[in-house]
Amino acid sequence: MAAASERHRHDVVIVGAGIAGLYAALKASERYDTAVVSKVYPTRSHSGAAQGGCAASLGNMQEDSWEWHLYDTVRGSDFLGDQDAQEILVREAVPVIYEMEHLGMPFSRTPQGKIAQRPFGGHYSNFGKGEIARSCYAADRTGHAQLHTLYEQCVKHGVRFYNEFYMTQLLMKDGVCLGLVAWDFQGGGLHVFHSRATLLATGGYARAWKITTNAHANTGDGLSLVLRSGLPLEDMEFVQFHPTGIYPHGILVSEAARGEGGLLYNGLNERFMDKYAKAKMELAPRDVVSRAEQSEIDEGRGVNGKPYLNLDLRHLGAAKILEVLPQIHELALKFCGLDCTKVPIPIQPSAHYSMGGIPTRTDTRVVLDENATVVPGLFAAGECACVSVHGANRLGTNSTLECCVYGRRAGIAMLEYLGSVPTEAAPLPADPDGESRAEMERLLSKDGKGEVPADLREALQVGMTDRCGIFRNANDLEAELAEVRALRDRFSKVRVSDHDPRCNTELIEALELGHMLDFSVTTVAGALARNECRGAHWRKDHPGRNDTEWLKHTFSWLDPKGDVRLAYRPVVINRFQPEERKY
Amino acid sequence: MRRTFRIWRSDPQDPKRGAFRDYEVEVQHAWTVLDALNEIKWRQDGTLAFRRSCRHGICGSCAMTINGKNDLACELQVSACKGSVITVEPLKSFPVLRDLVVDQSDFFARHESIKPWLINHRTPPTDKERLQSPEDRKLIDGTWECILCGSCTSSCPVYWSSQQFLGPAAILKAYRYVFDSRDEGLEERLQMLDNRFGLWRCHTIFNCVEACPKALNPTEAIVKLRRRVVSEKI
Repeated sequence: MAAASERHRHDVVIVGAGIAGLYAALKASERYDTAVVSKVYPTRSHSGAAQGGCAASLGNMQEDSWEWHLYDTVRGSDFLGDQDAQEILVREAVPVIYEMEHLGMPFSRTPQGKIAQRPFGGHYSNFGKGEIARSCYAADRTGHAQLHTLYEQCVKHGVRFYNEFYMTQLLMKDGVCLGLVAWDFQGGGLHVFHSRATLLATGGYARAWKITTNAHANTGDGLSLVLRSGLPLEDMEFVQFHPTGIYPHGILVSEAARGEGGLLYNGLNERFMDKYAKAKMELAPRDVVSRAEQSEIDEGRGVNGKPYLNLDLRHLGAAKILEVLPQIHELALKFCGLDCTKVPIPIQPSAHYSMGGIPTRTDTRVVLDENATVVPGLFAAGECACVSVHGANRLGTNSTLECCVYGRRAGIAMLEYLGSVPTEAAPLPADPDGESRAEMERLLSKDGKGEVPADLREALQVGMTDRCGIFRNANDLEAELAEVRALRDRFSKVRVSDHDPRCNTELIEALELGHMLDFSVTTVAGALARNECRGAHWRKDHPGRNDTEWLKHTFSWLDPKGDVRLAYRPVVINRFQPEERKY
Repeated sequence: MRRTFRIWRSDPQDPKRGAFRDYEVEVQHAWTVLDALNEIKWRQDGTLAFRRSCRHGICGSCAMTINGKNDLACELQVSACKGSVITVEPLKSFPVLRDLVVDQSDFFARHESIKPWLINHRTPPTDKERLQSPEDRKLIDGTWECILCGSCTSSCPVYWSSQQFLGPAAILKAYRYVFDSRDEGLEERLQMLDNRFGLWRCHTIFNCVEACPKALNPTEAIVKLRRRVVSEKI
C-alpha cells in the first residue's frame, strides 16, 4: 500500500464500458488518445442485459415520426423531462440507429430486409392515439448485440482498456476535473489517471433495492464520487420499478413480452390492467403497470396468496415465443423451471432504472448548480447522467437509445472541448490519491472487529424496498432517511476480513456499499421533500401531480456528515404543455 | 436443504497451487450456485474470490467448473446439481489469479485476433440501413449470442494440449462475421483461421458444445467455416 501509485496520461479517460461509454470512446478515439476504465470486462457491462430494443422512428413497419416519439417521451416522463434534451434524443435516434447498423449491429430484419421494429409500452402513433412498432431489436438480446458491436469497434480503433479497474476518487483541482484514481482489482494497487477530459458512464444504481433487475455491479459508484467531490445530483427520487421481474429473484423479463402480446393476470385470473389503464392495458408505461401490480398484490389478489402475478404468453404459440422471445423462454426455464409456452411466468415489480443522476447539459457537460454552470473537463452520459430525457419515468427502449445518442454526443463534445483547451492537462494536486489510499488502508486494516459489509447492505436494501419503493409516504421516508444516515455512520467502522490486495472482491463490495449509502441519502431526501405524485415517484399522502409547486428538477448536495441540501431548477418546456396523463 | 460445496481455494503465496475447502450451506428455494457462493462469501468466509455481475446469464462473468462441467454459476440451480457434495473449481486451462478468478486476457486477445468487427469497404447508404434479408440474417443466429464467458475454450482438449490453438470462442466469433452477408473480410481473417493453430486444429471432440451455457454450437461453426475456406480456395 505504501508503494507509489502508477500514473497514466490520456487525453480522454472514460469510466464505464457500457453502451454510452463505448460509443463515446469510439468517437473520441477518432482524434485523441482515449482510455476506458471499467470495473468489469467491457462485455460484462450491464448494457448487455437490455433485451427488448432501442426506440427510433424509422417507420419500417408503419408510418412514424419523431414528433410522435417526442410526444410519447414527454408524456411518459410525466412532463418532468427537459423537452430540448428529449427532442435531441428522438431526432438523433434515427441516424444513430442507422450508424449502429453500419457498424455491424445484427438487427433482426423485416421481410424487405430493413431493421425490424416491435411495439413497446408507452410508444404510440399520432400523439398517443394509435399503435406503433418503434423498437429496433435483435431478437430479445438487443443490448447484448449493441454492447458487443461497440466493444469490437473500439478494439478496432485502438481504444486503450483498463479492465477490472475500480474508480475510487475523482481528481478535482480549482474546480477543474483532471482525471481520477482507480484500484486495480487484479494487481491490487491504486492508479492515477491524469486526463484532459473525463467522462462518467458508470450506469445505474438499483442495487440499493432488494428486488432488482440490476447486476451486482450496478451500485451507483460514479454518482457518489460526484457527491463526494462537492457536486450535486439531480432528480434522485425517481427510480423506475419494472413491471415484470421474475418472482422471486427480480430478474428482468423484457417488456417485449407484452409488446409481442403477453397478458397480465392476477390471482383471480382477471386481466386487472383494465381497472388502471383501460385503453392501453398491458402496454401502458411502466410506472402505471408497476403500481397496478403492487396494488393488486397489496389488496390480496396475488397468485396463490403470494406477492406475484402471472405473465401469460401461451396464446402467442411456441413457434413465435421461440423466434422472437428466446431469452425469455430460457430465463423462465432456468430460474423458475417453467416452460412459458405451457404455463404463465410468475412476475413482480423489480427496481430497474435510475431516471436521476449526474446533472448535465445537452452537450453532456456536467454542471455544478441549478444554474447550469459547467465543471471544466467533466462529462457524463447514459444511465448515470440526468440530462434529463426521462424525467419522472422512462419509456422502455429509450434507455439504450439514450446511451447511444448521448454517449455519442459525449464523444463528440469531448473532441470539441479538447480542441479548445491547452494540449497539456493542468498539473495534478499534491498527493492526488491520498484520499483513496486512506480509505483503502482503513478498510483493509486489521485493527479491531468492525462492521460487516453484508449486514449493512442487506439493511439498506430492505429499507429502501419497504420505505422508498413504489408507494411512499412521509412517515416511511423520514424513518428511512434516519436509517440510511445511521447505516452511513456504521459504515465508517466497516472492515473487510480479506487482507490480500489482489482480487479482493470483499474490498470492492465494501467500496460499493459506501457508494450506495451516499446516493441513497439524496434519493430519500428528495422523495421526502417532493410532496406530489409524478411518474415513478408516488406519495400516498400527497395524491395527484402538483404542477404549480413541483414542475421542477431536484438538485441535491451531500455534506460529509450526511446532511442534504436541496435546490430546484425549472423544467424546459418548449413544445408540449403539461396535461393530464391518462392511458 | 443443506448442501456441501467443495470449493477450490488457491494458495495466497502461489496461485498455481491450492486445495479444496468444504462449506455447508442451507440452500433456499430456487437458489442458483451463485446464490450459494454469495451466501458463503457474505456469511461464512469473506476471502472467497469469484467474479459475478448480471446474475442472469448474459454477462459471462461467473463461468466456472461445477461438478466437472463448465457452466455459469448464476444460471445453474443448486437443485439440479447431483451428488451430496458440489465441487466448484476455476475454469480449466486458464491461469488462476485467485480461487475461482482466472486470467482471461489471453482469451480476449484471441477473440481480438480474428478481427471481430464488420469489414465492408463500400460506403454505406446515407440515412438508411444496409438491407439484409431475414434468411441472410438467420445465417448468423447461434453465433452473435456468444457471451464470451470462456466455457467452451476452457473445455477444449485441443486447447489444453496446445495453447496456441485459437479456440472455439474466437472461431465462433469469426463465423459470426464471415457469414454476415454484409461482411467482406474473409480474406483478411484467413491468416488467423487457415493455419495449423486455426480451423484445422479442431478434432471435433464436441466438448465446446457440451460446455456452452447458451446452447451454441462452436464445432458446427468450425466445420462450416472449413467448408467455406476450402470452397473459397477452389
